[in-house]
Amino acid sequence: MNGVHDMGGMHGMGPVEIEKDEPVFHAEWEARTYALTIACGSHRKWNIDVSRHSRERMPPADYLAATYYERWLFGLRTLLVEQGLVTARELETGRAEGRADPAGVLRARQVEDFLANRIRARVDVEAAPRFRAGQGVVARNIHPSGHTRLPRYARGRRGVIDRDYGVFIFPDTNAMTRDKKPQHLYGVRFAARELWGHAASARDSVYVNLWDDHLDPA
Amino acid sequence: MSDHHHDHDHDRPLSGPALRVKALESLLVEKGLVDPQALDEIIDTFETRIGPRNGARVVARAWTDADYKRRLLADGGAAIAEMGFIARGEDIVVLENTPQVRNLVVCTLCSCYPWSVLGLPPVWYKSAPYRSRAVIDPRGVLAELGGPVPDAVEVRVWDSTAEMRYLVLPERPAGTEGWSEHQLAEIVTRDAMIGVAPVTVPKEPAR
Repeated sequence: MNGVHDMGGMHGMGPVEIEKDEPVFHAEWEARTYALTIACGSHRKWNIDVSRHSRERMPPADYLAATYYERWLFGLRTLLVEQGLVTARELETGRAEGRADPAGVLRARQVEDFLANRIRARVDVEAAPRFRAGQGVVARNIHPSGHTRLPRYARGRRGVIDRDYGVFIFPDTNAMTRDKKPQHLYGVRFAARELWGHAASARDSVYVNLWDDHLDPA
Repeated sequence: MSDHHHDHDHDRPLSGPALRVKALESLLVEKGLVDPQALDEIIDTFETRIGPRNGARVVARAWTDADYKRRLLADGGAAIAEMGFIARGEDIVVLENTPQVRNLVVCTLCSCYPWSVLGLPPVWYKSAPYRSRAVIDPRGVLAELGGPVPDAVEVRVWDSTAEMRYLVLPERPAGTEGWSEHQLAEIVTRDAMIGVAPVTVPKEPAR
């Protein structure tokens, strides 16, 4: 979707400010929001791509005004209701109207393994690559209203396949219909001038990870 | 969990998200969807066990062990797992800085970050200013954060749009000849492993 989350190349966002000795979380609620999101994932009602898309769907003005973990809280509340773990009424009243099946509940002793394995994007299936390293490609000029990992700044631009990373789940469909649609993932090198014009350095480049379905031969 | 940042911009009074999260956690616990002890375990993992010290050890070893560096550049995930850090769910590509090439990592679409070696990303990495500027004006960002990059040096920006994580292997600074792996790990910063700043030798000698 052409949302405000797709920020590459935008102007006017202000300076990058690094906080010295930054804590991992700035408040208890941030830590709880993060942990709740991870823990609810163990019920397998959604995948990482569905989860990312839930945050992208925050209304644009709210998204820009929100802190990072406010976006996460919005995404989690959205998913809990949409995927049927909680009803809208329960969310509103804060009172449970039933008990969940305990089978999917993440326990403390399972956390280490769960964190290590929860994102499995590389898949062990055979799929023929459409491109090879060194080949010229053009990123498709597509504007899906749903989730996509093809950033706006790269659409319609010419690049070169830097490397083939192998077969991965395709997030664009995995987020919308749970269709994993396994296909090759590439590192694609775009010259900075192809993306940004002659104000950019002729030496520089941006590498973007894109899938077969994002690309055509140049 | 440290709570002494109450005056920070990113925190709000308990009437805001803090209250909503508390209510949400109570509901989810009451429904039997989450176990509070697992939440504590997740938070403890990121506050005390997984963070940029992991990445610093990887970098220091690569600086002192040529075979390890070769393995790291060939298959980052496997070489990092060798050090005992959790990397099973991620593919990690290690990007080597040289006198000719500077690498810079960003996630313009969200906040993808090599958490097994660097922990959770800092606020600035997830912020609109960094996500918007890193791809269009990397030299401006680098000049502000780590000093200007000479025109003759190539800048490569890596946008983390897939489950492919990037760790920058910074240049080993001059003046560290003969240092132990442990001493070297002490001076490797998170920002250097994201690529926004070089590693420098502190004025006070490392222990």
